[in-house]
Amino acid sequence: MDNLENEIRDTNKGMTSIVKTIVRYVMGIIVIFGAYIVLYGHLTPGGGFAGGVILASAYVILTLAFGRELALGKMSNTAASVLDNLGALAFIVIGILGFTAGAFFLNFLAKGEQFRLFSAGIIPLCNIAIGIKVTASLFAIFIALSIFGRFIYQMTDVEESGGEE
Amino acid sequence: MGIILLILIAIMIIGSIVAIETKNLLSSVISCGVVGFCLSIVFLMLGAPDIAITQVVVEILILVILIRATITTDNTAIEGARDTFPYVSSLIFFGLFLIFSWFALQELPRFGEPLMRVSREYLKTGAAKTGATNIVTSVLLDFRGYDTVGEATVLFTSIIGAFVILRRKGRKEKSEADSEKFGILEDDDIKDSFEGF
Repeated sequence: MDNLENEIRDTNKGMTSIVKTIVRYVMGIIVIFGAYIVLYGHLTPGGGFAGGVILASAYVILTLAFGRELALGKMSNTAASVLDNLGALAFIVIGILGFTAGAFFLNFLAKGEQFRLFSAGIIPLCNIAIGIKVTASLFAIFIALSIFGRFIYQMTDVEESGGEE
Repeated sequence: MGIILLILIAIMIIGSIVAIETKNLLSSVISCGVVGFCLSIVFLMLGAPDIAITQVVVEILILVILIRATITTDNTAIEGARDTFPYVSSLIFFGLFLIFSWFALQELPRFGEPLMRVSREYLKTGAAKTGATNIVTSVLLDFRGYDTVGEATVLFTSIIGAFVILRRKGRKEKSEADSEKFGILEDDDIKDSFEGF
């Protein structure tokens, strides 16, 4: 992936090198913060949905700064769709596994000690499943709205669409 | 705190009116963003950090997506005057809405004094029953897990709908005249990457 990144850095794809440099520094912080919001959703404010949106916005920043080739190389639209389905499926499966203890969405795992990362039974697992699903689906929406539609204007408005991507 | 809340609500109302009335699509999107950010500050002041975080990040993402989606659209301005019929009918329905909401709002509990029937039970026993110290997450994913499945289904369905509407494959073959009019996909590399859709 580094080779691809170097190639794209050399060409004129994406925004200016100022934006690219700042995005390279900020990117890791955004991803760590999103993962923290997802994983600690049962202890601190946040949860699967908010953390998933933060992770999706990391991919959106990547698309805006480096152009669509790099971002689709990291997560293509097919991969986004598959991850979306897998997240939803994992969430439902966790719910159905509650039947092993008697009811739909029953917390069948051990509760553990409060204020510890590994506690609260199925809730962290549900958070992770929702986080994956929301990340993939919101990035897929971004791809669908901003990249699919742009091909129409490629021939007619070269100056408008080619200038800022 | 009451004064700040009223100021924020006034800004939100002004932003909504600007978003509806402005002729420029980009200004309209940015006005919607003003409403969303004020709403997140209101949530934070009322002691709901979970909702405030979600509101802020969703607002940023939606703003970027909408600006990105509208900035290349050439249909940015609404031309021509509007008819009188929409104004008259919306005024009548707004009056009816005010009258009925007056009766309905009498029955609601006062602002800041919620009914504490089910929620008292959740607050008292939630942490012990689920082991999660964030009470919002314990309600969302344990007590009301079935509701969350519904929300996930709504999100899933909307993604499927967006992909079905916006995909390239499956449309009719464009004729020569259409190609000149709209432009057509020339880049084979990009075309291959969207093969599945």
